[in-house]
Formats: sequence, structure tokens, C-alpha cells
Amino acid sequence: MEVLYCEHILDHYRYPRNEGVLEDADISHQRDNPLCGDMIRLDIRLKDGVVEEARFSGRGCVLSIAAASMLTEEIVGRSVAELEAYQDEDIFRLLGITLGPVRARCALLPLQVLKEGLSQLAR
Amino acid sequence: MDTGFDPLTIRADFPVLAREVNGRPLVYLDNAASSQKPQVVLEAVAAFYRHHYAAVRRGVYTLSEEATAAYEEARDKVAAFINAPDRRSIVFTRNTTEAINLVAHTWGRANVGPGDRILVTEMEHHSNLLPWMLLCQEVGAELVYLPITDGGRLELPQLERLLDGPVRLVAVTHVSNVLGTVNPVQAIVAQAHAAGALVLVDAAQSVPHMPVDVGVLGCDFMAFSGHKMCGPTGCGVLYGRVELLEHMPPFLVGGGMIERVGFTGVSWASLPEKFEAGTPAIAEAVGLGAAVDYLERVGMEAIHAHEKALTAYAMESLAALPGVRLIGPPAEERSGVIAFTVASIHPHDLAYALDRQGIAIRAGLHCAQPLHERLGLAATARVSFYLYNTREEVERLVSAVWNAQRWLAG
Ligand SMILES: Cc1ncc(COP(=O)(O)O)c(C=O)c1O
Repeated sequence: MEVLYCEHILDHYRYPRNEGVLEDADISHQRDNPLCGDMIRLDIRLKDGVVEEARFSGRGCVLSIAAASMLTEEIVGRSVAELEAYQDEDIFRLLGITLGPVRARCALLPLQVLKEGLSQLAR
Repeated sequence: MDTGFDPLTIRADFPVLAREVNGRPLVYLDNAASSQKPQVVLEAVAAFYRHHYAAVRRGVYTLSEEATAAYEEARDKVAAFINAPDRRSIVFTRNTTEAINLVAHTWGRANVGPGDRILVTEMEHHSNLLPWMLLCQEVGAELVYLPITDGGRLELPQLERLLDGPVRLVAVTHVSNVLGTVNPVQAIVAQAHAAGALVLVDAAQSVPHMPVDVGVLGCDFMAFSGHKMCGPTGCGVLYGRVELLEHMPPFLVGGGMIERVGFTGVSWASLPEKFEAGTPAIAEAVGLGAAVDYLERVGMEAIHAHEKALTAYAMESLAALPGVRLIGPPAEERSGVIAFTVASIHPHDLAYALDRQGIAIRAGLHCAQPLHERLGLAATARVSFYLYNTREEVERLVSAVWNAQRWLAG
């Protein structure tokens, strides 16, 4: 049988980690992917400038859901400064694949939501 | 009925169709976005550059005269293709989008004012929606929508009521790029004209696929793209009735579109140069002329019949798969476009799974977000056919969708 996505990506898609919303989030932000109408929302609660809890919700393809699920695991325990330093490559590293420009937009949607959420926190 | 139409012979005309993608022969099913190009078009463009290329209209030297003749010959071919009575009614633009923007900017700003209405439909491509939305916002006019049914047809009984008022223009797509629905443009034009409104037809999905006659349709403006009809990118067409074009102010201004420039004023060139400012896409227009010749040689009736047969076959075969939902009207009422969803598989993942099997389809909103919203759809997958697609390719599509279901099902 053909392998479409590596097993750990499919695993995050089928059994997403940290799915849901946080009522008392410090950062709460969502964004659409205009290409396909997908939407990812991130809720993050901070304690002393460090991520205490992170949740995601929304709808999307395997890549956007898996990336959101992995990101919420990845950022717990990290400082705001560390979050701000995240790059596209970090998402590709988490997913373990490189992507063409169109599908990269799906995978990077959760990171984009995070970055926009952080900029609102700063304001 | 034997029309002498043989997709296998036709396939041999398109070099790219010989290639493999991911180890499988390419199956190209994104023709609504853009079509592939036959060898005769590639050769026409290359030969033009090799032997006749120069700037058009200005040079008094041989090359420029040859280039101008070739460019204007392409215009004649396009005019004949849609049965436009006057070559001056054909304006070369970059594509459908630019053609519609041209009308909105020039005719629109000169003729639409506060309180006026523009009527569009709920199934428009963004290119036939946003220019009107912006125009209305700018001049204080109202954008009104002709609704569609849940089955993906226009609510024609509502047209009369919606036309009752200061409607200046009806902007309607001939064929929906998502639903495939073929709209009864001729009847819409008759009703609109009776109510005193002009009609612009977005023919991006019709002119490449079926015989279209502007005289029969009776429309005032029509827009389509060369790249969707076997032509090069960068050259599209605006058809406009000459009386209208003559009274419209220019769109872009600059070189090539003036009669005379003084220090304080200008007079515009005559049609169609008035609307073709700057150096146009000359070689691309020549390529479009070659594409028109090619399509006419194959025959638009035959192309249309072939696509309709493929569409009926594909709809029947896809619908037989569990979890597949087809969007839009039955095959008899549509052109060669099928949007669908597959239960619990995101369209992007489906498109990716099909690409792994050498099959190119589109996934997303297809530049028709309001339509998806109206139908309560997030995103859809879309296949769209052209003259070179075959029943065997439909069969590969169907088994590839079935494979994707097995690979991706939780
Ligand atoms: C119905 C319709 N209108 C307009 C367009 C825009 O065409 P273009 O991108 O060539 O301007 C398309 C195709 O994308 C279309 O399908």
C-alpha cells in the first residue's frame, strides 16, 4: 500500500492532541486559509511568560490539523520569546517533510495563527 | 453518431500529455483552471518569434508590418470564432479578469451612479463579482444577487422581480466553474434588455468548450481567456458592442492608444486600440489565433458532445463510490465540470492522494467563496474535462479516489 503521509502525521490527524478551546486563554486567535476555507484557532494560556496550556480547534486537511496538533505539544513550557523565534522550518522539522509552495501554506497555517496571536499580545 | 472525433488522435497533438507524473501517465483534469497546449500553438508562437517578431502598429519596416498583420489576423480569427460582426468589437486583454475589470472601470464609472443596481448571481467566480462589488462601493450603487437553488441552478423566476428597478447591468457567468451549470444566457439577455439593463457574460468556461455566438446570445459584453482554450497565457478577450465601446472612456492610458497628444489634451485612438494601451501580448495573441484554428478544425460541437459524454460517465461512476457527494445539477444540464466531496477526506488530501497517482485535480474554493457559502460547503474537489480526456482517464480517476479512501480512512 502506498504511503501518503508518514504514520506520525496521520496519527496526529486521526488522534489530534490538545484539541479544544481554553476559556481563560491569554492568546486566542484564528485564521482562514483563503485557498480552501480551512480555519485554525489557537488558545494559549501563559504563566509567568511561559506557555502553560495550548489548545487548537478548527477544520482542515491532514497537514494543517497535524501541524496544529504538533505545535500545541511543542510549545508547552516555552517562553513567549521562544515562540516568537519559531520559523517555517520548525514546522517542516516537526512534520518531518518538505513541501511545495501550495501545500506549505496548509502546514504553516497554525504557525501563522500563533504569530498573529503573539503580535496581538504585544499590543 | 460518428463525428470522426478521436481523443487518442487528439492526445498526440499535446506534447505534455505524454509525460509521467509520479511514475504514472499524467491525467490532467484541471482544465477549468487552464488548458494544455497543442503542438501547433507552441509552434505558431515559436515561429512568430523566429521569423516575424517586432513591436506592432508603429514600425514602418517590414518586420513590424508582418507582426502587426499577424496580430490583427488573430483578432479576425477570434471575432469569427464567436461570430462577432465587427473586428473592432474584439479587445485583447490579459485574461477574463482584466476584461471584466476593464468594463467595470470604464463603462461602469461612466454609467453607474448612486442608487443604481448591478445584478450578479450567487454562482459567480470572484473575477465577475469583485469588480462589481468595488464599483458599487465606489459610486454608491447596490449589488444585487440572483439566488441559486440548492441544486445549483439560477432562480430564474426571481429575475423579473430583481430587474424591476434601476438595474444598469446584469453580470452573469455562462457556465459555472464549480457547478458546471450552463445558464440560459439568451433568455436572461432578452429579459434584461426588456428591463433596460445591459448584460456582461463571463464566458471563461463556455467559449473554450462549446459553440458560442454573440449574435445569438445578444449580450453587450463578453469576456474569456485564451489560456483556457489551448492558447498561451497572457492573452484574453473582451468582446463589446461597438456602439458601447466607442462611448466608453479608456482603461489604461499611455502609448499605443492615442490619436494625438498635445500639451494639454489628447484624443483617443479608434477601436480597438483605445483599449490596448502599451505593447500588447503579441506572440500570445498569435498563439491564440492558432488555438482558434485548432479548435475549429476539431469542431466545437464535437468537443462539447465529447465532454458531455465524459461528464455523464464520470458522474455516474463517482456517485457509485461510497461517501462521494456530487455538487450541482445532473449531467444533462452541465458542461464538463464536476465538483464533489468525499466523506471524511479533505479535498486537499484527496488532490494530494490523486497527484501521487499521476492525476491532477483542483481542490479548494475555486475562486467562488460566496457560492460555497451558499451551498454550505467548506471546500470541494473539482475535475474538469477537455477535448483530450478519455473514458480510460475517468476510470483511473475513479479507482484513484477509491484508493485514497482506503489510504486515508481513519
Ligand atoms: C467562470 C470564470 N470566470 C473568470 C475566470 C478568471 O479567468 P482568468 O484567471 O483567466 O482571468 C475563471 C477562471 O479562473 C472562471 O472559471
